[in-house]
Amino acid sequence: MKHLPWIILAIVGAIALSVVAVSRGEPINALWIVIAAVSTFLVAYRYYALYIATRVMRLDPGRPTPAVYRADGLDYVATDRRVLFGHHFAAIAGAGPLVGPVLAAQMGYLPGTLWIIAGVVLAGAVQDFMVLFISMRRDGRSLGELVRMEMGAVAGTIALIGAFMIMVIILAVLALIVVRALAESPWGTFTVAATIPLAMAMGAYTRWIRPGRIGEVSLIGFVGLILAIVYGQYVAVSPFWGPVFTFTPVQLCWILVGYGAVASVLPVWLLLAPRDYLSTFLKIGAIAALAIGIVIMAPPLRMPALTQFVDGGGPVWSGALFPFLFITIACGAVSGFHSLIASGTTPKLIASEADAPVIGYGGMLMEAFVAIMALVGASILDPGLYFAMNSPAAITGGDPATAAAAVTAMGFPVTPEFLEQTAREVGESTIVSRTGGAPTLAVAMAEIFAHVIGGPAWKAFWYHFAILFEALFILTAVDAGTRAGRFMLQDLIGLAIPGFRSTTSWLPGVVATALCVGAWGFFLYQGVTDPLGGVNTLWPVFGISNQMLAAVALMLATAVLFRMKQDRFAWVTMVPTTWLLVCTVTAGGLKLFSPDPAVGFLAHARRFSEAAARGEVLAPARSMADMERIIFNDRIDAALCGLFLAVVLSLLAFTIRTCLAARRADRPTAREIVPDMVPAE
Amino acid sequence: MLARLREAALLMVGQPSYEAYLAHMSAQHPDRAPMSRIEFFRDREQARYGGKSGGRCC
Repeated sequence: MKHLPWIILAIVGAIALSVVAVSRGEPINALWIVIAAVSTFLVAYRYYALYIATRVMRLDPGRPTPAVYRADGLDYVATDRRVLFGHHFAAIAGAGPLVGPVLAAQMGYLPGTLWIIAGVVLAGAVQDFMVLFISMRRDGRSLGELVRMEMGAVAGTIALIGAFMIMVIILAVLALIVVRALAESPWGTFTVAATIPLAMAMGAYTRWIRPGRIGEVSLIGFVGLILAIVYGQYVAVSPFWGPVFTFTPVQLCWILVGYGAVASVLPVWLLLAPRDYLSTFLKIGAIAALAIGIVIMAPPLRMPALTQFVDGGGPVWSGALFPFLFITIACGAVSGFHSLIASGTTPKLIASEADAPVIGYGGMLMEAFVAIMALVGASILDPGLYFAMNSPAAITGGDPATAAAAVTAMGFPVTPEFLEQTAREVGESTIVSRTGGAPTLAVAMAEIFAHVIGGPAWKAFWYHFAILFEALFILTAVDAGTRAGRFMLQDLIGLAIPGFRSTTSWLPGVVATALCVGAWGFFLYQGVTDPLGGVNTLWPVFGISNQMLAAVALMLATAVLFRMKQDRFAWVTMVPTTWLLVCTVTAGGLKLFSPDPAVGFLAHARRFSEAAARGEVLAPARSMADMERIIFNDRIDAALCGLFLAVVLSLLAFTIRTCLAARRADRPTAREIVPDMVPAE
Repeated sequence: MLARLREAALLMVGQPSYEAYLAHMSAQHPDRAPMSRIEFFRDREQARYGGKSGGRCC
């Protein structure tokens, strides 16, 4: 009898899912997708998460967690599960689940929707939950240490190198999104720039005036942000200040690199901490507002269920549905980066093992819901507008007339007047080829928010609010990521040169920071100068690396299950591991060896080097130096793909070895840390 | 309810409950002087943003 409500919910979900899946031609309402997702998630949580908790992990609510046996009131604090859920969700949700689904909409709304729903239930949430469980049973240690404990020191070091490379790519791709959103947009640039003095004023307030008053200072900051957005429109039209805040992509790239280098060595209270208050609270608020807005507006989906680009050849990113859709939507369906969070602060705060399902599995379901909303956002826009915004300038020609012609030729009729009018409505000079996903989502959010508050006249305000909200937490991630990358690098170099780990001498820190900024700055510059918009090149590399980290985390989970002598349940992690390995190895292989220059880095390099040898300059290069740079970039990207492949395949070998050894043992060999091994603080 | 929301919002930016810290200190280490509220705030700020606790998510 207790199953009855769940059966009804499952039926509702199945009906909604079939409406989403079989509707063709007629536009369906966005709420069908939301209902299908929410009911699937709830049923999966009630049954699958419970199954994993009781049968696979055999959670023991009576067993003390690190927060209990190591309680210190600081890092290890037993925390109410609702409070911890908020903390964990805020830590995992970022730009990824917002951008990936927007880009994936080029294949229509259906493939992305199905992958997010199936992926999160079977792979993403399982990964987060398993890593949280493994770390929770081992003092809340980090992913690298967990791999070392269970699979050996070499495997641990390889995982650390992989994690560092992924960090670099994430920072580059996030910074690229900011560049694409702010280029030639004085209003947006002014509001984002204004957050820097604003955050510093907040920092001074929490330092000297009212220390520790986060609520107060965040309210003051929020008022400042709104003023910056409102005032930004006057800046944009001012004949003097407008041009001052208008930058080309290349200028913005250098500004961001400089910003990253300076911001990551400033004291944290001055800029990073206060801006993080703003970005965290704004993020949670905007996500909640978006959910409410979608439910109130109940917009119809205007993107077709499937477009002709499922077979490849799409303008937003290259490649066919398999494997590239599963790479493009990383965060939201399954994100390897979460394994670093689930083995970070969360396992040190969890009060009871019984709370692990709602935090680990439930937190990821919540992020998938964010991804679903982003997909809905992209799909309620006119498809012509979507493709005009997301196709690179090499395709659209950069102005409304040529863009409308190019997009209409793709089969999505749109007029130049409509593109101009939309740009005017959101207060921008142009919206053609604003790639990177963030501007598209901002237009959708403006559409939804203006429907609820303010009407069409408010679209420009809401558009810049959305841009600011995305840029703000991306800048925070760049700053925090550079600091974290610096320590990762110091640890890694410290393996070879022990003195490099020192935190008392300033030289290693400066060198590691410079290396870290230089690394992501290199990929950012490459993406910014890429005539295909950069998203085309960088996003797949990011997706591949992120999914590979997920595969690594799931392989660790598989190894742990074998070592716990729970191998008969190991399919729970082996099924998603296999799928991720198939997708990432295929995608990585195609990126390396595909003969199609639009997909394969080496084929692209070959085409350009052959032309260079003949003395020809191929578009988009304008000189021989450009040609050389394109070839060099292709080879770097290829090397990076090769490196990721080597990381994941070598860890696969370690996993198989570990599992076989565990099967030969006659008792469990998993190295859990039991409470009495560590003295309480 | 409001207190929970406040606690959740503070933990999101890396500030655990100061009251819980005081309770822990008086129960486990009555001999040691606990940090003041402001020292506690600074300590947690550095712990969260210093870079040692890993990056933020994508």
